[in-house]
Formats: sequence, structure tokens, C-alpha cells
Amino acid sequence: MMHNGKISSDKRHEIMALESYIRAVLKEKDILLMTHLIIGYPSFEECFRLIDVMVGAGVDLMELQIPFSEPIADGPVILRANHMALENGVTVQGCLDFARSVIRAFDIPFLLMTYYNIPFTYNTSAFVSAMAKTGLKGAIIPDLPPEEGHDYLEAMQKEGLDPIVIFSPTTSYERMKYLDSFARGFIYCVARRGVTGGDTILSEKLIFYLGLCRKASNLPLALGFGLKEKADMVFLKGKADIAVMGTQTIRTMEKEGIAAVGEFIRRLR
Amino acid sequence: MNSRGYYGEFGGAFIPEILISTFEELVDEFEKAKADPAFWQKYMHIMSTYSCRPTPLTFAENLTSLFGGARIYIKREDLNHTGAHKANNVMGQGLLVKRMGKTRVIAETGAGQHGVATATMAARFGFRCTIYMGEVDIERQRPNVFWMERLGAQVIPVRDGTRTLKDAINEAFRDWVTNMHDTHYVLGTACGPHPFPEMVSYFQSIIGEEARGQIIEREGKLPSRVYACVGGGSNALGVFSGFLDDPVQLVAVEAGGKGLNTGRHAARLSSKDASVGVAQGYKTYFLQDSDGQMKKTHSVAAGLDYVGVSPILASLWQEGRVRFESVMDSEVLDAFSLTLKKEGLVPALESAHAFAQAFKEAPHLSSDDIILINQSGRGDKDIFTVADAYNDAQWQDFIRQKARDYGP
Repeated sequence: MMHNGKISSDKRHEIMALESYIRAVLKEKDILLMTHLIIGYPSFEECFRLIDVMVGAGVDLMELQIPFSEPIADGPVILRANHMALENGVTVQGCLDFARSVIRAFDIPFLLMTYYNIPFTYNTSAFVSAMAKTGLKGAIIPDLPPEEGHDYLEAMQKEGLDPIVIFSPTTSYERMKYLDSFARGFIYCVARRGVTGGDTILSEKLIFYLGLCRKASNLPLALGFGLKEKADMVFLKGKADIAVMGTQTIRTMEKEGIAAVGEFIRRLR
Repeated sequence: MNSRGYYGEFGGAFIPEILISTFEELVDEFEKAKADPAFWQKYMHIMSTYSCRPTPLTFAENLTSLFGGARIYIKREDLNHTGAHKANNVMGQGLLVKRMGKTRVIAETGAGQHGVATATMAARFGFRCTIYMGEVDIERQRPNVFWMERLGAQVIPVRDGTRTLKDAINEAFRDWVTNMHDTHYVLGTACGPHPFPEMVSYFQSIIGEEARGQIIEREGKLPSRVYACVGGGSNALGVFSGFLDDPVQLVAVEAGGKGLNTGRHAARLSSKDASVGVAQGYKTYFLQDSDGQMKKTHSVAAGLDYVGVSPILASLWQEGRVRFESVMDSEVLDAFSLTLKKEGLVPALESAHAFAQAFKEAPHLSSDDIILINQSGRGDKDIFTVADAYNDAQWQDFIRQKARDYGP
């Protein structure tokens, strides 16, 4: 499958590290778009169609979330999606199998998002090996600060996967530098306090924060939490490298169906 | 962060980045308060003038002669202001909130006792207050919801997940990650990320300190066994902490619910159903499936109906220092009735778990032995649950009449 028809090498990301992929895309686009879905919500089949629609509409990167019963950093929309996926009987193995089939079918890099109990219960190093075999590029684990993540970080290093590190507006510059020392791929910058899906005010304060993040890390910056529309993308161009649309695409799917998500994403550019 | 609060392999601080600086501030303030002798003095002053410390130690003469074994003493945490040991922790954290200059407090609550205690502290200290409570618990603990609201707190029903204590904790964390600049989360039990297990145990240690002094004064010797119920573990750690270095058996009693083989219970360490996991910001034994998804729990007592257990208790259990047992709902109700009729004491259904286990063991001990039961709270709040359990016809008539009075 071709990616936006612009780059000639098929499946180019497979041979490319995540960071190089991001930098290559940045030569063609002002900003990358990353979206998020909860594996098994509303169903595996619908997730697959959703990914197809998103990739077709020009999404550059995607987070696949393995549902967890206690998703502490997620707001109401993603929280409910987690619980509904689990009620549908989604298992961790089912999620990894799904990720494998998605990665075979679509030519963009995929990341895993979940909470630490999932890899911990599976056995952290075995889980990271399974991720690598699946073809995932990296992982975001919001409840695992590096102070608690020794086993995980070591396993990610060994398997050549990128642990995506999170910065927040309450993170000091010194701590940003510390976090950056564990980071690969890109930095996930949380735009504001709160959980996923609330409103984010695009402001001078946000510009200052992104400037601080840029100073603390040489990696590309993704900005997430609460982005909703084209104006957000326009605002972020030149300030961040990746815009993350998590909750809003899920809301669009819930209200208007999967096809409408494609329209929504096209309108963002 | 330097100190990460591990007890053996349990504990830690598995928190989102957005909360790291808030936890650093809290750890820092707690360390400073601990090092300040004036802080504990101030705490003791409040607890003795606003609450009822020291709480009495009651000799249960009638129960002792009924069982004909060990001499039974009861530590009366039900006589704290707001009717449970929860006040010890809440007033202590309230003093910390003042030191940090914050103006709003939030809390989770299961049985409602911690919610009422927090709402009371907020009223006294002039803080705004929001309480998160699972919908299932709201249904079974309406009187406490009524009092929280009268005290000026906002009570938010939690409709996600199992709609019980763990979901209320998640929701309180979601509030906190949004409002930590002016808000402190008054976690009610010795669980959650560091420093909560240590901090809650620190304030609750007043129970054990008093109890040890009282029993030695009365009997001139230590008890053979100390019993406490365990939901998260705060009252158990409170009373146990006074006897950790003594040759005293410490018995923690979990909710056996409908029975350990039914899967409908909340027994983490006394059943084989739990395994080590990481959730709600800390590592401990959780009742979870093989994928790490939390299971539904059950107990007649909302305050024990929880998937995890204090990392400090998990460690003490692993070292063999604390013995874990469980009792079934039906045994709890029997112990509750017996305590009412024989001693005129009304233990909370949570506390009645400790009584039930103590009653099983007391007859096998000699009259030289002393046992001490922590009555962590009073049972008035359980009026609806108890009335249902006894199928009390007159109570049902009263409720029907009351409903008619309110109109359609």
C-alpha cells in the first residue's frame, strides 16, 4: 500500500527508525497527524475499517490502545471505550494479533498505548519481545515514569523499540532533560492538565511550553490532549511536529460513523 | 523523586507525568511535617479537642464469658467524631493541606465514612470539597451521602467500571490531574502511590500507640492476638503498628463475601485468587484476571469491597508477620448481631469482620490470653443493609409509609 502516493519506496517505515520516518515526512508536510484507537472498540472488524479510512485520509502515525480496566489518565470517551472493549471480551493476545494484521496491511508506523499492568502481567520483557515481533515501533505507557520503568526501558532498548516519553506543562526543565535521556522516537507533550478529551486553549503559554520542550529535547515533538479542528493544526505548524487527535476522532466515529472520520481527517489539512 | 516508597516488592509510585510535581510537593511537605514536633502536637490537640482521642478500650465482659476463652477487649474507633477511624487520617491530611496552602479537597469513598470524615474536615478548615462515590455504594450507603451533602460537599456518583470504590479512586485521580494547583486528594486508605500508604499509616498509628498503652495499663501485659478488618488496610495498619515489634499475633480479616470458592468476595491475601499487579498508582496483590484486568469484587460491607490491598500489609503478609483470614457475609451478620445483643455495641459491618474471626478463635485460647479487636467504625450507617439482611418487616412498613408521605 502506498503512503499518500508521494514517496516511492513501499513500506518505507519498516526499514526506517521512527524518528527518521517523522523527519522524512516533515520534508513533505508541515506537521504529522497521529490518531488513536482502542483495540476492539467497537469491534475488531470496525477498528480495522477505521484504520483503513484513517490511513486513506492521510494519517501518518497511529496509537493502538490495549484496553485496561483502570485507565487512569483517560477521560470519559476513551474510558468508556476501554470498558466496552473489555465487555466485548477483548484479550491482550487478541490485541497483539490484531496489531500484527494491521501492521501487515497498512504502510504507516504503529505504536502501542496501554497501562503498565498489561505488560507487567504478561511479563514485561516477553511483552516487549511480542511487540517487536508484531512490528510495532514503540509504546506509550502513561502510568510508568522512568523511575519505575527499569525492566521496561531495558527490554525496549534490547528489542530496538522506542519508549515514547511524556512531558507535561508541570514538568520542570530539569526533569524534561532527565526524561529525554530515556526517550527515543519522539516526545509526547501533553498540552494541558487533565485527562484526554477535554478542551485545550491554544495560547502564548502553550507556545512557551513547546519552546521549553524543544530546548530540552532534540527529538520531534508531538502535542496531544484536546486537539479538535483545523485551527489547532494550523496553530501548531512550526511549533510541534506531530498533532495528536485522540478523542475527537473517536467522538466522530461514535456520532457519525466510520466514513465520517475520513472526512473529518481530510478537513484538518 | 528519590524515595519511592517500597515495602519489599510492593508499593512505588506509578503516576502520570502530570502529577509528578504534585507528588514531589506532597512528599516534601509530609517529610517536613514529620520532622516538626509541633506538627504532631497540633495533630494530637485537634484529635483530642475536636474528635475523641484517646478512644476508650472496652472490656467485652459478656462476650468473654460467652466464649469462655480469651479475654476480649475492643478498641473503640467508632467513638471518633464522624464514627470511624477515618477521622484520624483526614484531620492529619487536612493539616498538611493547610501547610501547602491549598483550598480544595477531593476524596473517594466506599462505605461513605471517609467521605463524611473528609466533608467534615473541609467544613471545619474552610476547604471546598468534592467526594467521588460509586453508584453501587451510593445505593447502599444513602445516609452517608445525605450527610456529606448537608456538610457542604459535592457528591459525584461514579458510573464507570464496577461503580464501587476502585472506580471512585480512578475518578478522584482524574479530578486531581486537572486541579492539582489548588486541590489535595485526601486518599482514605493506606494504598495508592507513595507517599499515601506511609502517610495514612502514620496518622492511623495513633490507634496502635494508644491501644498498646491502654492494654498494658489495664492488664499489665500484651494481648496474644490483635484483629482488624482489611479493605485498603488503614485501620489494620493503624492498630497493628503499635504491636509490630512485640510477640503479638496480628490477624487481618478480609471480606469472604459469598465464599472464597464463589469468586464473589474481596479476599486478596487470604484467597488464591489475587496476583501481583500495578494499578491505581501502586504495586500490590490485586484481584485480577490473567490479562491484568481487575475483577468484580463483592462484600456486604462497601468499605471492604476493593480489588487491592495496602502494599505495607502485602509486605508484612509476605514476611509472615501478619496472618490473613476471611469471613463470609453471613458470619459477619451473626457476629454483628451477637455484639449488639451481648455488649450493646454497634460495629460497622466492615469492623464486624474482625469480630467474626476473633469469635472463631477466642474459645480455643485460654483465659490467660487477651485478644484485642479494632472496632474501626460504628454501624449506624448500615441500617438499610442490616434491615434487608434480617428482612425486617416493621422497617419495610416504615419505609413504605415514608415513601407514601413523599408522594409519587
